[in-house]
Amino acid sequence: MSNETSSPIIRVHGLVNRFGAQVVHNGLDMEVRPGEIFGIVGGSGSGKSVLLRAILGLRRPDAGTVEMCGQDMLRLSRARRAALVRNYGVTFQNGALISSLTVAQNIQLPLREYFSFSEDTLNELAFLDLGLAGLPPDSADKYPAQLSGGMVKRAALARALSLEPKLLFLDEPTSGLDPISAAAFDELLLYLHSQLKLTVVMITHDLDSLFRTCNRVGVIVDGRMITDTLEGILQNPNPWIHDYFHGARARAVQKEDHG
Amino acid sequence: MAALALERRGNGWRLQLNGDWSLAALANIEQELQTLTTPIDAPMVCDWSHAEAPGIGPVWALLTRLRDLNAGGFPVAHVREPYTLAFLQQLEVERHPGQGAKVNPSPAGIIGALGRWTLNQGVEARGAVGFFGRMVTVLGEAFTRPRALRVPSIVRHVYETGITAIPIVSLIAFLISVIVAYLGAQQLAKFGATIFVVDLLTISVLREMGVLLTAIIVAGRSGSAFAAEIGVMQLNEETDALRAMGLNPIEVLVLPRVLALIIALPLLTIIADAMGLAGGGLLSLINLHIPLPQFMNRLRESISPTTFWAGLVKAPVFAVLIGMVGTYRGMQVRESARELGRLTTVAVVQSIFMVILADALFAVLFMQIDF
Repeated sequence: MSNETSSPIIRVHGLVNRFGAQVVHNGLDMEVRPGEIFGIVGGSGSGKSVLLRAILGLRRPDAGTVEMCGQDMLRLSRARRAALVRNYGVTFQNGALISSLTVAQNIQLPLREYFSFSEDTLNELAFLDLGLAGLPPDSADKYPAQLSGGMVKRAALARALSLEPKLLFLDEPTSGLDPISAAAFDELLLYLHSQLKLTVVMITHDLDSLFRTCNRVGVIVDGRMITDTLEGILQNPNPWIHDYFHGARARAVQKEDHG
Repeated sequence: MAALALERRGNGWRLQLNGDWSLAALANIEQELQTLTTPIDAPMVCDWSHAEAPGIGPVWALLTRLRDLNAGGFPVAHVREPYTLAFLQQLEVERHPGQGAKVNPSPAGIIGALGRWTLNQGVEARGAVGFFGRMVTVLGEAFTRPRALRVPSIVRHVYETGITAIPIVSLIAFLISVIVAYLGAQQLAKFGATIFVVDLLTISVLREMGVLLTAIIVAGRSGSAFAAEIGVMQLNEETDALRAMGLNPIEVLVLPRVLALIIALPLLTIIADAMGLAGGGLLSLINLHIPLPQFMNRLRESISPTTFWAGLVKAPVFAVLIGMVGTYRGMQVRESARELGRLTTVAVVQSIFMVILADALFAVLFMQIDF
């Protein structure tokens, strides 16, 4: 799927993030190519979410550059940034649905902000996005608190897709889901990826999900990122990576996959 | 340029799609689709070769419109179709039209709304009484099991609701009594009875203003803090976690706050009384030229033994009201951030209202028993 020759859609170079004396990223490099599903892996506290926030421009890094679609995220004017925001969708770890709005209103929130559509059009689009995310139509009028964990993740995905982005960021999309729901989410992601030609950047701890969906994987170790294909990363001699992918839990997953 | 052009081609129809078909053009495209009313009575060809950047929203809109028009089910072919078309067609088949998301539920009848409101009031009243009952039960338990009193927690809340409120309570009591003394003196001067400003001041500050002002400030400061703090704990399922560990949220969260207020509010009231009298005394000295010894003498003569206590005895009652309303509203928070904001507001408004209502009842009671 990934195109080796095309220029990267995201390029992070020499990223440094510090919290007081604690250095989270120390010269981290990362590249995401158009059309791939890129998995970000790392131990708890290794700064996966911080990296995502830095890429999205929600946090100003202490050093380094972040480019998205060829534009420097740190030096964008407000107007340029607003235009760029429409190119990507994000789902946060806990869904981050606005709790006082229904699912349909959550999906329509960015649409209302950027376009002036009629109510009928907005309803039709919400209906379409629910369909894309595999949610039943009657979930439109529900509030986030009335949804199950899996449905919250799907509703967040529907909201992220509402502006028809080419780039999708997912922060632990399958965490807290049962294996069946998580597998269904993986299939949905693969399907949308192939049908809508999306580029996906996914933070995950779910090895099943990682093996099923990702083309390439970036592992954050000691504040830097080691990027490789799945096969390549499995051969990597780094002790942390070895433990991560060859620990008891990982072995069970691989047995399933290859056995 | 129009986004659609429909023309007859031999035995069938040909739909030419032109220009911008991205999500940004959807409003325009929808309008044009609505003007498309000719029923499709023959096979049709859609030519996408001139459509730019077709987004899924507009393609979806076209598909649903064609389904409406194509009641006869004539075949529709696509030329140079966007890559998302097949996917959307499948979704379209799975989801029948007319099943679209209805965002706004139909408005309920006014009688239904009135009925629901009435029922709600009943439920609310029952809930409040039940809450009070549970609190008293826990308090009763605390007498046999002193650990349930949670002294460290009480101390913390006495500090937060009492000690940190001293500056603002002092300042407001001081300023208000200066204002009352000043206005009172102006009126009394007409009768040449300026000295009675001391009576006016002492009685109003000690009996009413000291305690009432303090209670209102504390309701605004701590009533809202109680509701917000417990409300966020509710949203984070922290109260559920307490219950799951076998702890009673009323004992852990509610009782320490209410007891802390019962301790703090009378103490704050005494400070407010003192500051109020100090303010009045200062104004009398500077503005009315009543020397301090004379002020003190007059003060002693004007108060009866009960004047001070008539104010102070109300403080614990107000404390219970403020503490209970705040914590009760906090415990009611469910589901959303909006609820948290609404109930915090309700907590403040209601606790101030309850304080003033209770004050009025006290006034009637004290008059009856000549306190």
